[in-house]
Amino acid sequence: MAGQVQALRRRIRTVKSTKKIAKAQELVATSRIAKAQERVNASRPYSVAITKVLAALASNASVDNPLLVARERVRRAGVLLITSDRGLAGAYNANAIRTAEQLIAQLRSEGKEVALYVVGRKGAGYYRFRNREIAASWTGFSERPTFADAKKIGDALIEGFAAGSETEGAFGSEGIAGVDELHIVSTEFKSLMTQTAQAKPLAPVQVEDDAEEQSEGLRPAYEFEPDADELLDALLPKYLNTRIYAALLDSAASESASRRRAMKSASDNADDLLKRYTREMNSARQAAITQEISEIVGGANALAAAGSDV
Amino acid sequence: MANQLHVEVVAVEQKVWAGEAEMLVARTTEGEIGVLPGHSPLLGLLKEPSQVRVKLAGGEQLTYDVAGGFLSIDANGVTVLAESATPAAPEQH
Repeated sequence: MAGQVQALRRRIRTVKSTKKIAKAQELVATSRIAKAQERVNASRPYSVAITKVLAALASNASVDNPLLVARERVRRAGVLLITSDRGLAGAYNANAIRTAEQLIAQLRSEGKEVALYVVGRKGAGYYRFRNREIAASWTGFSERPTFADAKKIGDALIEGFAAGSETEGAFGSEGIAGVDELHIVSTEFKSLMTQTAQAKPLAPVQVEDDAEEQSEGLRPAYEFEPDADELLDALLPKYLNTRIYAALLDSAASESASRRRAMKSASDNADDLLKRYTREMNSARQAAITQEISEIVGGANALAAAGSDV
Repeated sequence: MANQLHVEVVAVEQKVWAGEAEMLVARTTEGEIGVLPGHSPLLGLLKEPSQVRVKLAGGEQLTYDVAGGFLSIDANGVTVLAESATPAAPEQH
């Protein structure tokens, strides 16, 4: 009986320290969400402006830029998957990876080879553990991505895309093979409670122009310096980098939100366990005391009965 | 308002500066350009690296070092978009 009390006491200690970890993670994640959202908002003016400019350019420039035109034959498609560096984020990584897997299966069924690029240690680990090939991976910044990180990824991907699958060999510092199509799988931050993993085409570029903007009336007749085609060449890679940066930021916010929720339910669960174990321990202790008393009383009774017999 | 130019300097990670100015001077790949209020719409790629100078009404001047930038002028004013824009060292002007 005393042994059971001991065991319960030990379990309570374990749950308590687990709860401390979960609680700390929850608080850290909560403050990270706010920071990540700030960064998303801070990056918005640029992406709004560059989208507006590109929309104006696209209506003026000839649209035979390699980044805009869909390839006739797509042999190899690139998929960029954004995951987190650390775990304890609930289903965040599982959802992102599942969405990526669906996309890959779909691309394969269309007869395309798939080159996979992964951001984040968790995603990279997932594929390495299964001995599946990753074309390139970037890690170490999933919670606080900077534009420099996005640019590094974007430049490598654009180089591979510009080369196309017809050219053999590897390109750039990351050694990326040529692709004809690029997709991105990231997690969209909808609210604190909802984050959804989604796949989007990245290249060839479709400029996401809001419908409301078109209703503003005629676009101004821009002059271009240098000419429109050259400008488009310079701006499209920037636009792609911005898209990747936005996806990284959104995913970072989602990661923290996901972690906060997972850690909140973990510490709530720890609270429940603590309550249950404390009750069990109390009743076990009480049972032990009761048994001891009844043993003593029983023993005394037996002695008394034996004494009166003699 | 009519004689003021609305200027926005926007970097990827944040909006750097926004406000009214007398004039904006930048250098595109084609050459230096000065923008006054009422300039016709223009898109320009900025020289790499380059500086953008914003002349304020009080005769003050703000200078930014800009990398990977371009310039968009429309009816609402001037927007300088850059991968990075940092205030230049003050002793340069």
